Amino acid sequence: MSEMSKSLLEMQNVSKEYNGNPVLKDVNFSLNAGEVLGLVGENGAGKSTLMNILFGMDVIHQTGGYGGKVLIDGQEVKFASPLDALKAGIGMVHQEFSLLPGFTAAENILLNREPENKSVLSLVFGDRANTIDRKDLQKQAIAAITKLGVQLDPDMLVSEMPVGHKQFTEISREISKSAIRLLVLDEPTAVLTEKEAEMLLKAIRNLADQGISVIFITHRLQEILDVCNKVVVMRDGRIIKELEAADTSIAEMAKLMVGREVSTDKPKQDHDERKISDKIVLSVNNLWVDMPGETVRDVNLEVRDGEILGIGGLAGQGKLGIPNGIMGLFPAGGKVTLNGSEIPLNNPRACLDSSLAFVSEDRRGVGLLLDESLEWNIAFPAMQIQNKFLKNYLGGLIKWRDQAAIKEVTEKYISQLQIKCTSSTQKAKELSGGNQQKICLAKAFALEPKLLFVSEPTRGIDIGAKALVLQALREYNRKNGVTIVMISSELEELRQICDRIAIITDGAVSGILPADRPSEDFGMLMVGKTKKEAM
Amino acid sequence: MDRAMEILKGFGLPRLIITLFLVALFIIAPFAGISVTASITDVLGRFGQNAIMVLAMVPMIHSGCGLNFGLPLGIISGLLGATLAIETGIHGPVSFILAILYSTPFAIILGWGYGKLLNRVKGGEMMIATYVGFSSVAFMSIMWLILPYSSPTMVWGYTGQGLRTTISTEGFYYHILRDTLSINIGHLSISLAEILFFAFFAFIIWAFLHTKTGTAMTAVGSNPVFARASGINIDRQRTLSVIMSTWLGALGILCYQQGYGFVQLYQGPMYMAMPAVSAILIGGASVNKANITNVIIGTILYQGIVSMTPSVMNSLIHTDMSEVLRIIVSNGMILYALTRKTGASR
Amino acid sequence: MRKEITSKDVRKFLSNNIVPIIFIVLCAVCIPVAGYTGQYLVDQIITRIVRNSFLVLSLLIPIMAGMGLNFGMTLGAMAGQIGLIFVTSWNIVSIPGLLLAAIIATPIAVVLGWFCGSMLNKAKGREMITSYMISFFMNGVYQLVVLYGMGPVIPLSNSRVILPRGYGVRNTIDLLSVRKSIDNFWAIRLFTDENGTGGITIPVLTFILIIALCLVIVWFRKTKIGQDMRAVGQDMEVAREAGIKVERTRILAIIISTVFAAYGMIIYLSNMGTLNTYNSHSQIGMFSIAALLVGGASVSKASIKNVFLGIILFHLMFILTPQAGRNLIGQAQIGEFFRVFVSYGVITLSLVLYEIRTRREKAESARNLALGQKQEEKA
Repeated sequence: MSEMSKSLLEMQNVSKEYNGNPVLKDVNFSLNAGEVLGLVGENGAGKSTLMNILFGMDVIHQTGGYGGKVLIDGQEVKFASPLDALKAGIGMVHQEFSLLPGFTAAENILLNREPENKSVLSLVFGDRANTIDRKDLQKQAIAAITKLGVQLDPDMLVSEMPVGHKQFTEISREISKSAIRLLVLDEPTAVLTEKEAEMLLKAIRNLADQGISVIFITHRLQEILDVCNKVVVMRDGRIIKELEAADTSIAEMAKLMVGREVSTDKPKQDHDERKISDKIVLSVNNLWVDMPGETVRDVNLEVRDGEILGIGGLAGQGKLGIPNGIMGLFPAGGKVTLNGSEIPLNNPRACLDSSLAFVSEDRRGVGLLLDESLEWNIAFPAMQIQNKFLKNYLGGLIKWRDQAAIKEVTEKYISQLQIKCTSSTQKAKELSGGNQQKICLAKAFALEPKLLFVSEPTRGIDIGAKALVLQALREYNRKNGVTIVMISSELEELRQICDRIAIITDGAVSGILPADRPSEDFGMLMVGKTKKEAM
Repeated sequence: MDRAMEILKGFGLPRLIITLFLVALFIIAPFAGISVTASITDVLGRFGQNAIMVLAMVPMIHSGCGLNFGLPLGIISGLLGATLAIETGIHGPVSFILAILYSTPFAIILGWGYGKLLNRVKGGEMMIATYVGFSSVAFMSIMWLILPYSSPTMVWGYTGQGLRTTISTEGFYYHILRDTLSINIGHLSISLAEILFFAFFAFIIWAFLHTKTGTAMTAVGSNPVFARASGINIDRQRTLSVIMSTWLGALGILCYQQGYGFVQLYQGPMYMAMPAVSAILIGGASVNKANITNVIIGTILYQGIVSMTPSVMNSLIHTDMSEVLRIIVSNGMILYALTRKTGASR
Repeated sequence: MRKEITSKDVRKFLSNNIVPIIFIVLCAVCIPVAGYTGQYLVDQIITRIVRNSFLVLSLLIPIMAGMGLNFGMTLGAMAGQIGLIFVTSWNIVSIPGLLLAAIIATPIAVVLGWFCGSMLNKAKGREMITSYMISFFMNGVYQLVVLYGMGPVIPLSNSRVILPRGYGVRNTIDLLSVRKSIDNFWAIRLFTDENGTGGITIPVLTFILIIALCLVIVWFRKTKIGQDMRAVGQDMEVAREAGIKVERTRILAIIISTVFAAYGMIIYLSNMGTLNTYNSHSQIGMFSIAALLVGGASVSKASIKNVFLGIILFHLMFILTPQAGRNLIGQAQIGEFFRVFVSYGVITLSLVLYEIRTRREKAESARNLALGQKQEEKA
């Protein structure tokens, strides 16, 4: 029993499913006061869902709750909202900053919890007419910063802060909440410089010494070793293993994170023996892309003729920035050459003109005209770029939309890709995610590109549709000889379909390996070990 | 039943009320001693006069620039064309053609500049468009005073300098369309030329939207990011749409003048955007979707209410509340479009 | 160590203050051309400050709450006018009359402000055009009430107010009964000539009222609700996450602004002495907003300093241009059109500059990235 009473947080058989798809299965772990727990796993391993359950987020309630028990101090709790969790002393720092740029650090730390002075006027106008006690506000903010043990000027405006200080402000805000006992940090070091990260790790230890427990979610495994007491590795909604930080290594964790069982490690791909020529179609040199959240710093990459190249890596490392930058959707710089001729950057038209095509990961935002018909969606780029589906009158002066040709091509792709719709004039927004994705593919196929970028083609679609989409891509590659660069967060998917896989970390290529290499090797690359170290 | 509700929902409550109100007016009219045929003549006349200005909303809505509150800029191009045509002293139908020709370069240049400006303020177009309209009207007020016009029909008699506030188009292009090809059946008189004139330009816009460029413009308005990813130069499409809207605004005011009989200078064009904006919204357009049907239905409904309310109200309760009602209905409609959640993001 | 002023700093200062600078230059050119005496100008400017500052100050709070320029302040002006119509009709004179007008106007302004605020909550991101359209829409409702409702529905019969036909309010109402009653309550006259005319008049009580409002605004910024408004103004989502009631706070900002605008209108009209029933309110919105912008305010930032600088510069131009036009070209009308153009032009320019500046800030990060790579290469 003494063991029980010591646990601050305990999860018992927690499970969760979304629309019948299990995303968490039978999760058990416990955390004692003053302990730091590292939580690692690939994207989609179930970490966020687990935290959402802990905090009683609306997503969980709206999708039918969860199974199992969450215990705090040995008592079962069911939080109705994050505010309840807060009352129980649990705070979280999210990846996206939730700060007001025009407020100082102190004001942000005590946002909506400002100390107030009562005055006569507040008797008339109510509590909101209380003036704010600036001195006390300052004092409380400094107290929180001191407790965290970092250097942070309470009077500095957030808009003028380096990223690290923003992160500290965010954490200080959680700490300043009086009852704080458990703090969840979601990839706090992802945006920090090395020195700032060091400071933060020290601060985490500092908090633990003061009896505050920390759940530390990160992809940088070295940090886990540096700061955690124990590590929980998650994969496919399960806890794969609970390790003592002192007894493990980066290699072990990486393997557990990405690895299927070693025996079944051969990817499912029926590696049809095929020869990929050494001819380089596309080469990328010193590419940088300013895509918020997916910054590319310095990417060098070569794509061979006729292959399917996979680009993988953890979220936020910059893999999505590569196609978006090359295709001119985000500001980019560097040098990109296709078949020996340089492609101007920041110019989507020029890319499309040189027979590149792109299926965006942002289907609804970039990929589709949601309010228009399927016909428009599929035919539009080919019409604009290659003057297809047009009738010319007056010697080409008038380029009239050829409705019949558009209908024909749309129906061809509808049957070829088995798109489920009522007719070719249905609006794109009325289709399901998987069928929308197929429309995006059809749109790119209609351009008849030489090289096709496909970004996260299976994101947010169900398993059946996933297989179909991947099948369509492979067929397109085999039959038409089109080179495909596919970007995906799901390593297994890449290993199924690609010839080679490049892994992106921190905005650069950390290594390129043939797809039939064991997944641990890719795992090592993902967590930032160079190719050499991974070997 | 559900389907009926859905159609009703799509139609929109305000639009339904306005339609029912107009129908009610037409039903009451005979009892109030108002000739229905005369009313129809009046509504159709107003339709012919105003429809092109409403049509001027379409290109900018299609390209995602929002409602063209900057219509006064187009009107000013039209006014420049009109005054220059009168200045030449040529009478008759030729003056109308001249006015169109003279106003075209102004519309293109002003529209181009206006388009460039709107490209730099994406997201805040409507507010800025409103004030661009106002500023240009105020600026031209100064210009009307100092530009060296000399035609005695236009210049103030006593000072010999500066243009009059209103200039009659009598002898130039007064009723040039209205009285051509008009069909008279009893008291009902329909001006075919006016309607054909509108139909011609409506057809051009309709046809344009079916061409490659028109398709690109619609895509820009529907999803600018999609259009950009498809290699479309968004800014160029938007500028083109603004030029088209401005030119249609110029044509619209000329068409209005030939029916109304006067060229209104100075503060005249100040609030002319509101009726046009409101008409197309009443016709079923939203901040980012509009078509020719919206223009036709909207103009008929709007002008129907504007012309029917005063006469019916006057004979019923001997009070003319029509102006006040017009303000409430037309601005209320714009307000409704702006505050709808499903509207555009801009 | 004094910081060196670089050409970049100068350029930044110029581009941030372009509107006031244009106006200072404009006024500097016009003063000699118009040929007014300094004394006359000072007296005029004091009058304008007295008239307008309350109205312009009412715009500050919605800007603080991130809702931009409150074109809906016209609603408050309407409420103030309705209050004045009542007291004039009831023959209540002098300061008690104005007080009663304010008391009548307050609930009307609160209701109108609540309506406006709720509408704006449905149109987040395009508050300005919406508040602008609300002012047009409510103008129709106001006319309906004043032109048709007053008399038959709302019992008013005084022939000074009601049209001879028996209903509807006259086009202009003489406010002699309350004219300058606050200003003259305690006025100091300086530099008067032997007849006791001319010179500079300082209405002390009105100034006390204005200073009081400034203090209220300063105090308001320090309150919890003021802090909440600033938070909501910067980022609604962050504020909501922190537990601030965003919608309520925004509505409150508009209500406060509307009520202040109502009081401001009463002060303005009592100074003017006549009420243009159907015009006064619609013009005052534009002039107040233009004045604030001339003072260097932007859509997202405005201070009390901007208010007074703006009123002085804007109205100086207003006084000068007709005379300058007459002296220069022989036509006063040009000057009048010119000042209308400038009022609209200033608003246009400020709106455009604001949008461009917002976009430029977004473009900054790309440049940093390119720079970073170059530095790395060097290193």
